[in-house]
Amino acid sequence: MDDQSVWIVIVLLGLGTFLIRFSFLGLIGGRELPEWLLRHLRYVPVAVLPGLVAPLVLWPEATGGTPDPSRLAAALVALAVGAGFKSTLGAIFAGMATLYLVQSLIG
Amino acid sequence: MSRNQNLFWQGVIAGAPFVLVVIPFSLLFGVVATESGLDLVQTMAMTVLVIAGAAQFAAVQLLVDHAPTLVIILTGLAVNLRMAMYSASLAPHLGKAPFWQRAIVGYFLVDQSYAVAMQKFEAEPALTPAQKIAFFAGTMVLIAPLWYLFTYVGAVAGAAIPDAFALDFAVPITFLALIGPSLRSLPHLLAALVSVAVSLALAWMPYNLWLLIAALAAMVTGAQIELWQGRRRHG
Repeated sequence: MDDQSVWIVIVLLGLGTFLIRFSFLGLIGGRELPEWLLRHLRYVPVAVLPGLVAPLVLWPEATGGTPDPSRLAAALVALAVGAGFKSTLGAIFAGMATLYLVQSLIG
Repeated sequence: MSRNQNLFWQGVIAGAPFVLVVIPFSLLFGVVATESGLDLVQTMAMTVLVIAGAAQFAAVQLLVDHAPTLVIILTGLAVNLRMAMYSASLAPHLGKAPFWQRAIVGYFLVDQSYAVAMQKFEAEPALTPAQKIAFFAGTMVLIAPLWYLFTYVGAVAGAAIPDAFALDFAVPITFLALIGPSLRSLPHLLAALVSVAVSLALAWMPYNLWLLIAALAAMVTGAQIELWQGRRRHG
């Protein structure tokens, strides 16, 4: 990646994120979002991240795109701990611990 | 102590537990960004300007993948779209505060400050806009500086971490850890499954376009399942 595109991403992502956050606070009178839009926005977190993560889990770059048992196991544990205990931090620790454990077991 | 000062300290106390989340998360971002090839100035610029963990991790991952600049920005913004909802639901509470105060709240509107502030404002709607602003400021007074500081620590320490720690996989793990707790209803679960299925099926598409299509398909799925559930309940 070249420096110029990194800086474009940093500045525009920062600016765009601020505009999203400021959007309705910036308006006078506190207008409300239409219900159909709110209904779609509710699913944004579960719409973007799973699609982004799926190819990274199945075809990791570090193994040249071959599925890897330690990474698959770590992914399942992180997802399960996150869903079961509602703890993002706990899920990160459990996932990374599984990754190291399985890697050390299968060498 | 004035009522405003009192509310400021209530905000500090309400935001304090999130320090335990913010420190490791920002540390990890510093490490991952450095390992991915961002220099110290770039890493800090991103963490200060964007101040949104998931979008920052997504942008770094896509930069490593050499995705087109426009796709990276759109994906990062899509991850942050939920904050438009936060902004809309805070607007009735803070809409009468001065413009410059609302702009500062906008910059600091992160998941944690939103969750804590909204809980407080709904429990005590009679607070004045100035008191609500004081409370909100309190929630971020620890979180934001620690976010910057530990990104810096991670970025400086990251260069010293050997490859054996497989930190390439810290980003996917972080995403999965964020997804897990949000799978809280059938529409959320099905939206996530559609996102995965569409992204894998369309992975052949250039410019990471598969990601934007998967996200749109998943949002429509969640919204439609929610409508269908509502009709069944009332029908």
